[in-house]
Amino acid sequence: MEKRAVFDSKIIPYLFLAPQIIVSAVFFFWPALLAIWQSFLKEDAFGLSTEFVWFDNYKAIFHDSNYLSSIFITIIFSLSVTLICLVSALILAGLINKIRLGKIIYQTLIICPYAVAPAIAGVLWFFLFSPSIGHIAHLMTNAGLNWDPNLNENHALILIILASSWKQISYNFLFYLASLQAIPKSLIEAAAIDGANSFRRFTDIIIPLISPTTFFLFIMNLIYTFFDTFGIIYTTTQGGPGYSTTNLVYKVYVDGIVNLNLGGSAAQSVILMVFVSFITILHFRFVEKKVHY
Amino acid sequence: MDKNFKLSNAIAHLILIIGVIIITFPMYFGFVASTQSVEAILHGNSGILPGNYFVENYLEIFSPNKNILPGISIWHLLFNSLFVTLLITFGKTAISIISAYAIVYFKFPFRNTAFALIFLTLMLPVEVRIVPTFQMASNLNLLDSYQGLSVPLIASATATFLFRQFFMSIPDELCEAARIDGAGPVRFFWDTILPLSKTSIAALFVILFIYGWNQYLWPLLITTKQSMSTIIIAVTQMITSDGKTPWHLVMGVAFIAMIPPVLVVILMQKWFVKGLIDSEK
Repeated sequence: MEKRAVFDSKIIPYLFLAPQIIVSAVFFFWPALLAIWQSFLKEDAFGLSTEFVWFDNYKAIFHDSNYLSSIFITIIFSLSVTLICLVSALILAGLINKIRLGKIIYQTLIICPYAVAPAIAGVLWFFLFSPSIGHIAHLMTNAGLNWDPNLNENHALILIILASSWKQISYNFLFYLASLQAIPKSLIEAAAIDGANSFRRFTDIIIPLISPTTFFLFIMNLIYTFFDTFGIIYTTTQGGPGYSTTNLVYKVYVDGIVNLNLGGSAAQSVILMVFVSFITILHFRFVEKKVHY
Repeated sequence: MDKNFKLSNAIAHLILIIGVIIITFPMYFGFVASTQSVEAILHGNSGILPGNYFVENYLEIFSPNKNILPGISIWHLLFNSLFVTLLITFGKTAISIISAYAIVYFKFPFRNTAFALIFLTLMLPVEVRIVPTFQMASNLNLLDSYQGLSVPLIASATATFLFRQFFMSIPDELCEAARIDGAGPVRFFWDTILPLSKTSIAALFVILFIYGWNQYLWPLLITTKQSMSTIIIAVTQMITSDGKTPWHLVMGVAFIAMIPPVLVVILMQKWFVKGLIDSEK
């Protein structure tokens, strides 16, 4: 789509674009190029000497068992959070769409976690699940479960999955609610008159109609679990015990900032950039094809 | 039929109530802990109802004479968070709206290149370029400064896309009429586009406020001085590994740090939903 009426000016469009382009160049493009360049360098921890090593950093990270395990953890973590968020948000949105009374109260309470900082969410969940002082931890200990996310790798993973899901349900909920409200009432009524019970109406009409939203949310949840959960991991498990809750972004941080392995961290950044590009293109091709959700 | 409807309605409310309880309990228990004595919490006796230390704990947190972390009071932290959040919110809105205007209302060489460049930033979240972005900020002497905390976060494509999409929906006749009246591009922007964009700006404000307030990784990297810390960073720094964490105060500060963004969402719910759904389209 193009505007018919446009202005002619040699300078103004460049002036108006300049701030965004300059900030992007300085803080986005240049660092991204630098990451690509650094990913081919080997630098000692003090930055005193550098050497061009071609693909050695890439080879090294794929021989690093911690990196391979962080790929695996990222997948488990992302898929679990996505599944939990999609299912529970759909249930909540479906129920809200059904009732008449108190909609706004339920909706307001459900969207609150979206506004909570990931780091604060992490602190709250860390507190509740802390073996010595947490309420939930006490309940589990009383139930005979030897709960300890500081020592047990599975417990730590469960903790970050729950905390991350908790923060993301609101987001899924709002999109599902919008998408359910967009379904024409007449369609559901016609199916009801034809004798379809509510389960059939749900599986045969509602599910297909909301599938574009589901695909969109699937992508957005992946991006969320990949990039926005740093604060949660940092405040609950710090990637541990061992590397059991270190996802790919957390690994970039640990290798780059904590271990000062700049080349390795840069190589990981480049791999993540390729991944985001892929996801972004997929997302946009999809959105351009169909825009009615 | 009516009886069935009533029953299923009651079940719907029941499930919703359970869902809402699960969703709100971490925040509720955070608040409960902030009204207890630290001994009660450490002994696991904090119970499920607020305790008697509400006034005492919050007076301690808000007292201007007491610092919640060495050398910094909660007022200073709240000021830092609010100031940086507003810089991010206004900066992002301002640079996005003018760049979208340039792309939609002008024909010029490199227009598509500019748009493609902005699109590219979508693929480069700060989390994937941590080290070089930090080095860049450090080279520019931006460590421990308000500019350093905000400027690297103010360029992003989503706000530009939102405004572009909105401008596309403005009828061409409006622009033609303005041109016949002799208005130039800057005048048209100021007198027509900006007032028309109020709704989009309000919706975006909510999303960006939450984004800015809740930042963690970037402020963690770029601040070394306690005096430049944000409240979110401070909460996590109050937790120590030596078992001496003042949990009653940590939960109090965490609760306070949650209030501004939660309040913005609740009070501006309509705009929040609009902003979220528009900007992701």
